[in-house]
Amino acid sequence: MVNSKARRAMRLTAVLKQVVCVLLSLAVVAPLYLVLINSFKTKGEAARMNLNLPTQWVFTNYAEVIKKAKLMTGFGNSLLYAFASTTAGVLLCAMAAYVLSRKRTKLNNFIYYFFICGLFFPVNYVTLVRVFQWMHLTNTHLGIILVFTSAMIPFCVFTIYSFVETIPTELDEAAVIDGAPPTMMFFRVILPLLKPTLMTCFILQFMGVWNDFLTPLYLSSKSKLFPMTMSVYQFFGKEGSNWNYVFADIVMTVIPVVAVYAVGQRYIIGGVTAGAVKG
Amino acid sequence: MNKKKVYPQWFLLIPLALYVLFFLLPSVLGVFYSFTDWSKSTPKTGLHFVGLKNYIEIFTSSKSYSSGILNTLKFTVVSNIIKIVPALFLAIILFEGMKGMGAYRTLFYLPSIIPFVIIGIIFTSVLNYKNGMLNGALQAVGLGFLKQKWLSDLNVVWKSIYLVDAWRGMGYVMTIFMTGLSAIDKTYYEAAKVDGANFWQRLWNVTLPMMRGAIMINLVFGVTYGLKVFDIIYVLTNGGPGHATEVMTTYSFQFYGAGQYGMATAFNSILLLVTAVAGILIVRGMSRKGVA
Repeated sequence: MVNSKARRAMRLTAVLKQVVCVLLSLAVVAPLYLVLINSFKTKGEAARMNLNLPTQWVFTNYAEVIKKAKLMTGFGNSLLYAFASTTAGVLLCAMAAYVLSRKRTKLNNFIYYFFICGLFFPVNYVTLVRVFQWMHLTNTHLGIILVFTSAMIPFCVFTIYSFVETIPTELDEAAVIDGAPPTMMFFRVILPLLKPTLMTCFILQFMGVWNDFLTPLYLSSKSKLFPMTMSVYQFFGKEGSNWNYVFADIVMTVIPVVAVYAVGQRYIIGGVTAGAVKG
Repeated sequence: MNKKKVYPQWFLLIPLALYVLFFLLPSVLGVFYSFTDWSKSTPKTGLHFVGLKNYIEIFTSSKSYSSGILNTLKFTVVSNIIKIVPALFLAIILFEGMKGMGAYRTLFYLPSIIPFVIIGIIFTSVLNYKNGMLNGALQAVGLGFLKQKWLSDLNVVWKSIYLVDAWRGMGYVMTIFMTGLSAIDKTYYEAAKVDGANFWQRLWNVTLPMMRGAIMINLVFGVTYGLKVFDIIYVLTNGGPGHATEVMTTYSFQFYGAGQYGMATAFNSILLLVTAVAGILIVRGMSRKGVA
């Protein structure tokens, strides 16, 4: 008697849990579905912003937007910023984190904590613009890439540093006794062992740069430097009444990050939570 | 083993140079310039030291600058409570095991990989008064009386921002909690069950203390995100209606756009100080709990 009551209560909680999760899933999916389905509608139909299927599928919206919003430039810039800065950033941070973790002098510990501060503190973009002027980096791709590279140092050093701790130092010693020069030893022996954490950093930072809006907002005043996020925003400002175009533009901006998410999901979840377990 | 030789110090050189140039230098310069009348006409008029004038302007002006600071603090506190508490329960629900757990986790995390700008634009549509999906849905299920001018009504606009922010961030917070949960030894729960502890007692005495790391991560990232919030407000309301949803970063950007760089960087310097204070408070608070 008691048992069947308990079982019924358990079944009820299971049903309730499913209801909560299904409702939340709907809340997540509905806005995304709205964007996708309306990107195939005519202007008039898209302006009604509902979830109905298009009465007439307008696939040409995409071609129109690619032309109108200069999406090729935006896509090229986003790809350049994300790829160049993330490759450079992850590699440089691996080198730095390795030395910081292995050689814990007072100075190096200070540098480590100095880097970690960047996880919390905001970047002062107003004076960064001034620094750009001094260095003649104003409105250059290189300047923006360097800022993105610099911005990922705190997270990457933090993440890679704790991973280096799991690699036995005997490896370094053995390689040195073999007579390998330290730099070569790092690239041949240590770097391959860091691959999982480097993947995590690469994927998370790639998405971070792709999604960033504030950096190009302050540091690029010419449209030839705009990444996708900026060109979408500009396009929204200009063509905000053409929701079919705006939505098509959104779909094309989001597809690359969703693809990266789909491919690298296990690295992302692992990386986001790397610090959560250790506390 | 000669550490000097095996671990080349020059490996630090480039990251350190970049970080000093593009992070430390702007921060230090920012504090310096906040005491000056730096503006777009400085090349003609020269730079003058004005003491605390910019700060006095921010805190005493009849314009709502100081409410921008309060709004930042309010957003930081409220948006985090709204995300962290439900995310904790959601993580527990999913973690206890249910059909489709993996799919739910992937789906709930999905919004946090979409750029804020995009989310802002999407919700400009969803929250549109006349045609937006939210009002449409309310109407459709017979809750038409709950329809709102989500982005232009002074009494509702902050709730809309919190809603959108939670839509994006809750899955992320939940994911971190789930990892925290997976690290807890199951025997604690078995022991608690033997002792007859109910759900709340287990939550309070086992789950929360064992999840200090995950809670800490969520708090630190949540607070620093909240203090720096810009994109989502800039795109959704641009500080409006009026200046009702203005925060420190949006004011800073406005002054920057208007060429009043001294004022802009004064806001950034206040933000720097607030972040430092918040960081110290969180670290202190968490380590004290560790002692008890």
